Amino acid sequence: MNITVTVNGTAHTADVEPRLLLVDFIRTNLGLTGTHIGCDTTSCGVCTVLIDGTPVKTCTMFAVQANGRSVTTVEGLKQNGELSAIQQAFREHHGLQCGFCTPAMMLVGTALIEENPDPTEDDIRWAISGNLCRCTGYMNIVKSIEAAAETTREGASS
Amino acid sequence: MYPSKFDYLAPETLEEALAVLAERGDEVKILAGGQSLIPMMKLRFAEPATLLDINRIPGLDAIDIQNGHVRVQALARHADVVRSAVIKEENDLMAGAAPWIADPIVRNLGTVCGSLAHHDPEGDWASVMLALDAEVVAVSKEGVTHFHPGADGTQHTGGTRVISIQDFLVDMFTTSLYPTELLTEVRVPRYERGGGNYQKLERKVGDYATVGVATHIELGDDDRITKAGIALTSVYAHNLKVTDAETALVGQAPSDELFAEAGRIASAACDPASDTRGSAEYKRHIVGLFTERSLAESLKIAQGGQS
Amino acid sequence: MTTTEHKPHTSPEIGGLGHSRRRVEDARFIEGRGNYVDDITLPGMLHMAIHRSPLAHARIISIDTSAAEAVDGVVAVVTGELLAGYNLAWMPTLSGDTQAVLATDKVRFQGQEIAAVIATDRYVAQDAARLVEVEYEDLEPIVNPQRALEEDAVLIRDDKEDQTSNLCFEWESGDKTATDEAFAKADKIVSLETHYPRSHPAPLETCGIVADVDSATGQATLYMTSQAPHAHRTVFALVAGLAEQNIRIVSPDLGGGFGNKVPVYPGYVVATAASLVIGQPVKWVETRTENLISTGFARDYYMKGELAVTNDGKILGLKVDMLADEGAFYADAQPSKFRAGLFHIVTGSYDYPAAYVTTRGAYTNKAPGGVAYRCSFRVTEASYLIERLVQNAAYELGLDPAEFRSSNFIQADQFPYHSPTGFVYDSGDYETAMRKAMDMVGYADIQAEKEQARKEGRLVGIGMASFTEVVGAGHGEDYDIIGLKMFDSAELRVHPTGKAILKLGVKSQGQGHETTFAQIVAEELGIPAGDVKVVEGDTDNTPYGLGTYASRSTPVAGAATAVISRKLREKAKKIAAHLLEASEEDLEWETGKFFVAGDPESSVSIQDIAFAAYTNPPPDLEAGLEGVHYYDPPNMTYPFGTYIVVVDVDPESGQWKVRRMIAVDDCGVKINPMIVEGQIQGGLTEGFAMSSMQHITFDETGNCLGSNFMDYLVPTAWETPRFELGETVTPSPHHPIGAKGVGESATVGSPAAYVNAVVDALQHMGVTNIEMPMSADRVWHAMQENSGG
Ligand SMILES: Cc1cc2nc3c(=O)[nH]c(=O)nc-3n(C[C@H](O)[C@H](O)[C@H](O)COP(=O)(O)OP(=O)(O)OC[C@H]3O[C@@H](n4cnc5c(N)ncnc54)[C@H](O)[C@@H]3O)c2cc1C
Ligand code: FES
Ligand code: FES
Repeated sequence: MNITVTVNGTAHTADVEPRLLLVDFIRTNLGLTGTHIGCDTTSCGVCTVLIDGTPVKTCTMFAVQANGRSVTTVEGLKQNGELSAIQQAFREHHGLQCGFCTPAMMLVGTALIEENPDPTEDDIRWAISGNLCRCTGYMNIVKSIEAAAETTREGASS
Repeated sequence: MYPSKFDYLAPETLEEALAVLAERGDEVKILAGGQSLIPMMKLRFAEPATLLDINRIPGLDAIDIQNGHVRVQALARHADVVRSAVIKEENDLMAGAAPWIADPIVRNLGTVCGSLAHHDPEGDWASVMLALDAEVVAVSKEGVTHFHPGADGTQHTGGTRVISIQDFLVDMFTTSLYPTELLTEVRVPRYERGGGNYQKLERKVGDYATVGVATHIELGDDDRITKAGIALTSVYAHNLKVTDAETALVGQAPSDELFAEAGRIASAACDPASDTRGSAEYKRHIVGLFTERSLAESLKIAQGGQS
Repeated sequence: MTTTEHKPHTSPEIGGLGHSRRRVEDARFIEGRGNYVDDITLPGMLHMAIHRSPLAHARIISIDTSAAEAVDGVVAVVTGELLAGYNLAWMPTLSGDTQAVLATDKVRFQGQEIAAVIATDRYVAQDAARLVEVEYEDLEPIVNPQRALEEDAVLIRDDKEDQTSNLCFEWESGDKTATDEAFAKADKIVSLETHYPRSHPAPLETCGIVADVDSATGQATLYMTSQAPHAHRTVFALVAGLAEQNIRIVSPDLGGGFGNKVPVYPGYVVATAASLVIGQPVKWVETRTENLISTGFARDYYMKGELAVTNDGKILGLKVDMLADEGAFYADAQPSKFRAGLFHIVTGSYDYPAAYVTTRGAYTNKAPGGVAYRCSFRVTEASYLIERLVQNAAYELGLDPAEFRSSNFIQADQFPYHSPTGFVYDSGDYETAMRKAMDMVGYADIQAEKEQARKEGRLVGIGMASFTEVVGAGHGEDYDIIGLKMFDSAELRVHPTGKAILKLGVKSQGQGHETTFAQIVAEELGIPAGDVKVVEGDTDNTPYGLGTYASRSTPVAGAATAVISRKLREKAKKIAAHLLEASEEDLEWETGKFFVAGDPESSVSIQDIAFAAYTNPPPDLEAGLEGVHYYDPPNMTYPFGTYIVVVDVDPESGQWKVRRMIAVDDCGVKINPMIVEGQIQGGLTEGFAMSSMQHITFDETGNCLGSNFMDYLVPTAWETPRFELGETVTPSPHHPIGAKGVGESATVGSPAAYVNAVVDALQHMGVTNIEMPMSADRVWHAMQENSGG
């Protein structure tokens, strides 16, 4: 089946089997390997991307379902050669260790800040509770998202 | 973990969708949020020949008030319920249950109606709807004969059916929906003075309930209970409406003893299995405890302590 | 010797020890440019999927691969029979046992590998793998080690000639006579029987390989998820009969390891063999279920501990008897001399003369593994047992658990301390760490609140663990894995412009080696850490090493790095003397430069020296500024600390919640405090996971009940407690930079603290034990059984 999916601003057209999972389309067909696979049961969230701004688990969606929609992956976070606030914050606050959960965590954080520019610690923990991290114990991930929210607010008010 | 091959259809009108269903019936699976169906397909517990994706059908995602009911349409996601001002205003049990479903990312896709159609005995929405005496609306192509494979010889000629939730939920993973029918909405009656609450014992976010208890009560001007709904998740072969406990409450003035009695009835009515989530004895205890707690919370809300 | 402050000696620009330098590796990860095994695609690459046994124990009657072979896109189907033709049907394990690569005679655990399908597409490979048909004859599944050792239990390892029972090993440590004597003198014997449940490291990235064997040249390039690439290369050379110089193992970025990526798995071997035979690259990446049901598990020790004590609160001795569930093949990844790993550290942080430990291991119909899951070999089990026992002993004696610990601690002036089971603890100050944690939590206030809460119908508990870890295996004399001594290595090359490259035999899985090891060089040579590139994980380009697990990187490879840096500094001094026309004896070192004593103006920087090393070396000295060092540690290092947990328990439902979690760690000198904190937070979370929700169980047929993330529970940010960290710093006296290693202390020490806290909340009811994971159900049952309810 022929589909066109806009990924990080670029439209990609491809002929795919209906059963192709969106995550494999992104990773294999488009070569964007920042989106990962970590489980078989929709539990870990490392495959999360934003579809029209909303986080979804791409291991539980077919590529054909994304036909005509707009996808943002970690590779699309950087804008005009500049790291986004959330990318900078993860680095500054040691929000990652092995890096496997990181792209998804940053995307979920981005969507959260978009919806709620001043999230509390509980808001953040709640928002990322569909995403597992095995390395960090989450404290620094929370801190990173808090910090990114703060810079984003400052950026918006200045 | 990959699904086996299938045909994929994504009609853009309801009519088209119903036509596909009328034509292919049994071999079609409707794809709503996909958050139950796709995991099952990946495990090859489900191998439908055709997937009918209804996500491109416009006008199926409302959460609103219609004819004295709160209506949740087929494509309203769990997350839409969490965010809905209508739900917040109108229905405490639904508002209370929605954040307990799955995890925040799954909630962005999974639908309330899909959950009901799936009828996993561990699903939370069926309990909520049982406690609220909801109705579902099913549609199928008019003018053709539709057969139900489960119930011998049952048939009808299409159109719209309004089904009470109790008649809809037949048994685990089984509903009274015809394979050619599509669920368009679930709706619950509005109420004046009432409150509801969902208590769920889960081991972590994203876990299905070890025990879930949905309660809803309405109060009359004399502060007596005029209506009560209690239903249980994960402690029976299917979601269980505890009618005896409801009856015991109606007409009574609320009290701790009364709620404790309802808890005892619920606890006796359930039939949980011992598994990695806990022993049957424990789950039975939790049913009683959570029923009591949930009713107390519902009362508080109904009395305006919180809303 | 213990200090609470440790100031860096170098400026932030140099970024030596003690700086919370931001991580170098993050630059690629935050842009999604990490390079994990599954990200690798080679031209002509095929995909492999494995058909696994649904049964735990059965004889294989026949295997029919015809339907699988008929699927469009399938290139080959590999069975054990085929592998046997290459002598590859079996392979050695890291514990000197053998393991079936693809089963031929029997299946011995659910999920065991039977056949592998190689196809042009991943989806097709999986389609076809399902079509392999195997006919079985059922055998009794043995699902616990107790049953395994009964006389009439069916023999699991009938493939081994001398094996007549399911006993896999017997091992003892300590002095039985001395311990019996101690017990004879005791006023009380406090005992605890408990099971440390089977767990799985479950890194978010599963295991996998891209095997690329060039059939013309015999060159094998294996990109694999390996925490120990060099050791794996040697194993491959031994297993596959490939010439070791023709094997290059590349372990790219790892999405976590935690011990899971230490063993060699059948999938790696089959993919390599398939690539060799077919002549095309073959990729195999596990599904999560495959990861959980077939690769290295951890723990699964049944432990009985007895502590001999006097009425006035002195410990006299310890006896432990254990039964280990080893699964179908004995594949523990641990030093070969120690069949129960370093479990004999079980005497803990306490000073008493006698201890005796006995262990038996049994084969069962479960997956093999026995890896050190975010801990040093079996130290987690040991630490758990002693810290649980100590709390129970205090209760039995009517003493405060903290005071009881205090009166039995090894004292700061007793180091180096010789333990009754043969360890020599390097340094420590347990009392200070414990008091610090108690201050942080407000110990007395919580104790007082406990009483008050009970009156109000609430349950509050406080529990602690004052653990001692032993890491950094280890001196080659005692520690080896399959004969390979447990040294590690560092190769440092300082380039003419004063920039450097450091190559290591270890392999990071998220610990930030690219950042921290550069800091060691910066500290020792004064080359800014930003000018030092760290390379690891490629066997063609790094010196031999045993790998990263059991917190050994900092203690061993970190030491190697410090030593090679110092050796180069010695050489640099000679060059400096030549450049300054001074004698070596007159030169003094200050970060980044040598200067003439008494004349600080006459100095030469390390960068200038490096340049001279290639352009103007002293006539009597070989050119260059490079070297390699193999570090064989004189001893292990012994990080320690005290963790305190405060919980609120719901008396009606048994649900419990961590209110506070205080962790005071002492890992000696810290290279990068930010990274150390991150490691501790991660470890505390895994300890929380084990104590609250995470374990793998089996039903009576050997069916694994923890085979995916819906059943094998990994806590999310929502459940995970917030941690409050503190520290003391007691340098290791024998380590070149005084560091002890930290990656795993928190996993080792924290489970007992969580359990002690919940038990404490219920102690007045007579509850003395709750098994991990402490589900609400278990806590509720404990209350029911003990309160007559
Ligand atoms: C990790 C995870 C955790 C979860 N935890 C929970 C939980 O705690 N509690 C809980 O209740 N649920 C949980 N779920 C399930 C989730 O709520 C699903 O969204 C829901 O069960 C199904 O809704 P869906 O829209 O995704 O349906 P789909 O998966 O698209 O469909 C499910 C079934 O319903 C049928 N169907 C769907 N829509 C219609 C319709 N309009 N008309 C007729 N038939 C239809 C489909 O054909 C299919 O048979 C979890 C899911 C995941 C992946
Ligand atoms: S891969 Fe785990 S949720 Fe998608
Ligand atoms: S950083 Fe490794 S899983 Fe999150």
